[in-house]
Amino acid sequence: MKVRLSDDAVALACGADAVAAAFIAAGCEVERVSSWGMHWLEPLVEIDGRGYGPVAVEDVARVMAAGAVASPPSPDEAGDRLWGTPIADHPFIARQQRLTFARAGRTRPLSLEDYRTTGGWQGLAKARALGPEATVEAVIASGLRGRGGAGFPAGVKWRTVAQASGARKYIVCNADEGDSGTFADRMAMEGDPFQLIEGMAIAGLAVGADKGYVYVRSEYPHAIAKMRAAIRLSADLVAPFVIELRVGAGAYVCGEETSLLNSIEGKRGEVRAKPPLPALKGLFGCPTVVNNVLTLAAVPWIMAQGPDAYAAYGMGRSRGTMPIQLAGNIRHGGLFETAFGISLGELVNDIGGGTASGRPVRAVQVGGPLGAYHPVGQFDLPFDYEAFAAADGLIGHGGLVVFDDRVDMARQARFAMQFCAAESCGKCTPCRIGSTRGAEVLDQLIAGVDVDANLALIHDLCDVMKSTSLCALGGFTPYPVMSAITHFPEDFVVREPS
Amino acid sequence: MGISIDSFYSQPMKTIDDIIKSHLGSDGPLLPILHEVQAVFGCVDEETVRQIAHGLNLSRAEVHGVVSFYHDFKATRDPRPVVKLCRAEACQSRGQAALESVAEAASGVKVETVYCLGLCAVGPAAMLGEEVHGRLTPARFAELLEAAR
Repeated sequence: MKVRLSDDAVALACGADAVAAAFIAAGCEVERVSSWGMHWLEPLVEIDGRGYGPVAVEDVARVMAAGAVASPPSPDEAGDRLWGTPIADHPFIARQQRLTFARAGRTRPLSLEDYRTTGGWQGLAKARALGPEATVEAVIASGLRGRGGAGFPAGVKWRTVAQASGARKYIVCNADEGDSGTFADRMAMEGDPFQLIEGMAIAGLAVGADKGYVYVRSEYPHAIAKMRAAIRLSADLVAPFVIELRVGAGAYVCGEETSLLNSIEGKRGEVRAKPPLPALKGLFGCPTVVNNVLTLAAVPWIMAQGPDAYAAYGMGRSRGTMPIQLAGNIRHGGLFETAFGISLGELVNDIGGGTASGRPVRAVQVGGPLGAYHPVGQFDLPFDYEAFAAADGLIGHGGLVVFDDRVDMARQARFAMQFCAAESCGKCTPCRIGSTRGAEVLDQLIAGVDVDANLALIHDLCDVMKSTSLCALGGFTPYPVMSAITHFPEDFVVREPS
Repeated sequence: MGISIDSFYSQPMKTIDDIIKSHLGSDGPLLPILHEVQAVFGCVDEETVRQIAHGLNLSRAEVHGVVSFYHDFKATRDPRPVVKLCRAEACQSRGQAALESVAEAASGVKVETVYCLGLCAVGPAAMLGEEVHGRLTPARFAELLEAAR
């Protein structure tokens, strides 16, 4: 009996290796594939297209018995378990529009054969046939915007680098995915590493760069291992383009592009003042494309299927799809790739099934630790760069962290300041000192000392940090803080002694 | 699996100079050197900083500045195994606070804070070496700490 089971870090964290060993001991052939992204079902076992999960070691005999018969029983328990129904038909999968994650769950991550037979390398072949200029134009026409958070049009950045002059040019893939509530970069690297490599090779061809760096955070050892192996296996296919992997060293701020460049150069991960833009003076002073994993991973599909096909998805100026990450206290968490425009409420309630704890949803933080906390009253917000910006929030890297009614928003605001203080690179004063001061002021406020005066102080401090910080760390920390105060004012008053 | 402590210890011990030399061919070699030194020796101490500065023609201040900037590099060796416990928002929302009393009571194991392991829908999460653990309850976290010792 052939059994398929993911070796993604989420599956491993839920015990997939022990389950795989038990299947092998029972005489099964086990094939390790990427994760479907239904994290509440991991370890998810697939036999002949039908899924069983979450599976523990003691369930193995039962799964084998069920997998051996063609007519499966399916006591689905409202989607909290899967027992013998086809995985691809699961509503969580069937409702998605998977372009970047089309292979998720379906292929072996390091199999060049699986990659090729599912359309791999077609985008690179197309780019080679079209040439650099037409490749840049295609990416511009697709409307692809940077998926790291800033949302800058990727093709425009590529054109700037293509037109810049320099002794060398570089493609840098930002895989320093440090936002809590995000894991799409990790899944893309662990599950479909060749797609990212193909995207980087296309970028290199488009702008005239023959060297690329992938900068992966050290907290992702499994992604590092998969990327290293995939770079080695595909070296001949992307030549003369060469990719080198670099490992971060536990600094959140290195996800900021200029600090990432300093880190690759072997310096402190301090932010650089802009201008000059990295596109003109980036790595080692040369013109450099810095793109997020998801941006580069979207490119092979765009090249293979055409920019119009990609731009047909989405709304307004947010074209294409976004791999949204449903995280935190959510019943059905995981990776949900869909066209821009879906509402926050649909994501949390219809797809995510509300909270995992079964209690009412109180707040959803969108866009990582620098993103705003949204109340249920904002659940009609469409997932779109501009719509979230207009609501004093951001979609960032597409992570949603759900909190139930037990959350204390004053403490979350304080955590935002504490996190900023811990991770500040120290180069600019508003971030370095403002964050520490912010945590102190919120401590006083929580203790009930001069609540009104301290609230006014926090307002002022956030204004200064937002408008005068060098980068998004200090500049966006006011989003979680101010959104907590604005939408949950009842948590920022003098408290009854408990 | 990249820089694995086990694989280094199973080979003849490298010297700091071996490590520096093996990276001299690449551009911006300081972080890869520091990672390897940290993995082999468990820290990057003052004497090592001096050797690396000499080998790369940098000032000691420059190397020290880099070592002290990044959380992954330690100035002194701590023989205890390290369990990295995620304390970021997604794990907070899934009841990570309940693990704190277990973390405080840990002995023979160092519990370090990490902000996000990318396991945000199956938290609370922690990592021992390169081994990841999700859906931690206080009891399962206590077992993990016990097994790590």
